[in-house]
Amino acid sequence: MTETGSGLLAVSVSPHVKSGESVEKIMWTVVGCLIPPLVLSIFLFGFQTLLITLISVGSCVATEAISQKLLHRPITIKDGSAVITGMLLAYIIPPGVPYWMPILGGVMSIYVAKHLLGGIGFNIFNPALIGRAFLVATFPVAMTSAWLAPIRDGSVFKYMGSGVDAVSTATPLFILKHYGIAGLIDKFGSLSSMYGNFFIGWRPGCIGETSALLLLLGGIYLLYKGYITWHIPVSMIVTIGFLTWAFGGEKLFTGQPLIAVLSGGVVLGAFYMATDYVTSPTQRSAKLLFGVCIGALTVLIRLKGGYPEGVCYAILLMNPLTPAFEQWFRPKRFAPQKGAGK
Amino acid sequence: MNAPLLTFPKGGVHPREFKSLTAHLGTEVMPVPDEVDILLNQHFGAPCTPLVKKKAGVREGDLIGEVTQGLGANIHASVTGTVKNIGTAPHPIAVKAPSVTIQTDHDAELASYNHTDWTTLSREELLARIKSGGIVGIGGAGFPTHVKLAPPPEAKVDTLVLNGAECEPYLTTDHRAMLEHPDEIVEGAKIILSILGINECRIGIERNKSDAVEGLKKTVEKTASNGFHIHVDALEVKYPQGSEKQLIQSITGRKVPGFGLPFDVGVIVQNVGTTRAIYEAVVLNKPLYEKVVTISGKGIQRPANLLVKIGTRLRDIVSYLGGTTPDLAKVVMGGPMMGFAISDLDMPVTKTTSGVLFLTEDEIDTSSHGQCIRCGWCLDACPMGLSPNEVGIYVEAGRAEDTAQFGVFECFECGCCAFVCPAKRPLVQFIRLAKRKAKK
Repeated sequence: MTETGSGLLAVSVSPHVKSGESVEKIMWTVVGCLIPPLVLSIFLFGFQTLLITLISVGSCVATEAISQKLLHRPITIKDGSAVITGMLLAYIIPPGVPYWMPILGGVMSIYVAKHLLGGIGFNIFNPALIGRAFLVATFPVAMTSAWLAPIRDGSVFKYMGSGVDAVSTATPLFILKHYGIAGLIDKFGSLSSMYGNFFIGWRPGCIGETSALLLLLGGIYLLYKGYITWHIPVSMIVTIGFLTWAFGGEKLFTGQPLIAVLSGGVVLGAFYMATDYVTSPTQRSAKLLFGVCIGALTVLIRLKGGYPEGVCYAILLMNPLTPAFEQWFRPKRFAPQKGAGK
Repeated sequence: MNAPLLTFPKGGVHPREFKSLTAHLGTEVMPVPDEVDILLNQHFGAPCTPLVKKKAGVREGDLIGEVTQGLGANIHASVTGTVKNIGTAPHPIAVKAPSVTIQTDHDAELASYNHTDWTTLSREELLARIKSGGIVGIGGAGFPTHVKLAPPPEAKVDTLVLNGAECEPYLTTDHRAMLEHPDEIVEGAKIILSILGINECRIGIERNKSDAVEGLKKTVEKTASNGFHIHVDALEVKYPQGSEKQLIQSITGRKVPGFGLPFDVGVIVQNVGTTRAIYEAVVLNKPLYEKVVTISGKGIQRPANLLVKIGTRLRDIVSYLGGTTPDLAKVVMGGPMMGFAISDLDMPVTKTTSGVLFLTEDEIDTSSHGQCIRCGWCLDACPMGLSPNEVGIYVEAGRAEDTAQFGVFECFECGCCAFVCPAKRPLVQFIRLAKRKAKK
């Protein structure tokens, strides 16, 4: 072919043009959306949150490369998905854990929960949540007590190197579970000041879960880009709010829906984990039901279970039902088949 | 003032249009090449039987191939000259197909055609002219038009829909036809309406061709209606607006059932280019042997809307337009969403060639594909409500035969799924494979 520069023409099946979106673009956009909560966490709990996150990301990326090498698969660490898992894993562990802990969590997330199940697209559970569940089961004391009180004086190196026991505090959900709403007001001030502080993120909690505001901003950007749809986050958050209002108080319909939504990992889970493509359904109606189920399970665990927080296990319990949801909810065809119904 | 734009509700995508490369360029007549390769299957159906022998002299417009069995359409000589060979030529779909090669006599007198009054002709005579003119649907699969215009008696057709959507990026031949020959399209519509014995005609045009919408509206207004109701509809710009089932839904709100045909919902669809070919076959008695082709893309030196003889080799078109650019990467016959990539510029233009695109590396996407991440974007993009993601996963897992449940046989391969797929999965390729292996 003398007419062409390279001498050869590419051939492939149509279409010959593509939208320009890619897995890499989606993943790195999510990474970008997850940065602001990390920055806040440094001012909130100290510089070690950045170290924990970097260690977690490093562990996940290294595990991904090694797993793919061992399993003779193409190495895809550049696609950003292991980076997201690493960030999410760090975001759902307490800020006072020892630095080796996220390394173990990362190995569990990426090697066991992702690559042993087939790699990207084939994992049954959200890898980051499996990592957390593994850490909670293995190191229950650290994972349920290494909470830090927000830094008030700007000394971001305050907690570096200090023993966790000396500084640990309690999360709002722990206080709510054991001391009720009166205990919560006693500790964090009036309801209205709690709304403000919790919304901005000024409360004890996991590294990246506290700021509803920053998580929402990122979530809204992902909605705007069309990378996620509103169905799972909205149905999950509304369900948690409603069920807490209905059953979370002394009497029916006296619970605190806003406190329930603004504490724990509700916003982080709703926008960044329950919406994970692989482990959530694709049909919109299925997504709505999926979100409602996660919300209901979360409230059930919070109110009746042994743990103060239930988002992690609620999502993990719903993840394996995704294939069933795909079976139950099929896309509606353009039109019924000819002769159908006759 | 402006009526709301008509469209189909489910699925669809918005690829970059690139129509400005050629939309403003008036149709240019390409000089007759020294040789043409006329394929004997340019239509839906069996190849024609050649009627000429090697070394025979033929005149422009002579019948050189005839349908002997089943569906098909006549083939005519597109130039005056001598039959050089009866052999094979590259075919965009069948790879190689029987063809008649004619060496042009450049000194021969050009064919001329006189207007006739078609209104005195009977329905049968009109259909006979369309059949003998070898008219096929030139916007798509090349279905023989005389068959399409004679639906079975039990079909209650009440509406003719003319397809001027031209939703494929780059292509501008229908656009030019509507701008340059609106009278012939409206007249052609009346011929079709007379054959079908109905009055209602809707012409659907995507809004990115508002000049064509206005032009056709004016033409309809200024010509005598003769009792026909011809209406021009502006359509939302959304691919695949020009797909038969989507267009019918956009304009009439009716849904053609799965595995059904337009006449199941009382509609016959014709492309505006085909309508003009019908006009020429009936009014001028001129067979279909030349057509306007959009030559576009960043890989050709001079994009154009060219009137070429059917059988013109792409190589001759390329040299007429000044050659290709050094960064040419892919040549596509048809639009970029549904066209065929070709590897051989000896390929001749056929009746159904709407465009030839010379695409450079930055216009196409050759990145390799990854695993399905189950984002579900293909489900949102599919205008037919199918599950391309599942088909791909099943095919890769060696279970192509179990894919009928995901609707592979209702897929018309518009390519929306593969267009949006962030993992760049070749979903149309998976579906084609599934169609061969799946059980209905």
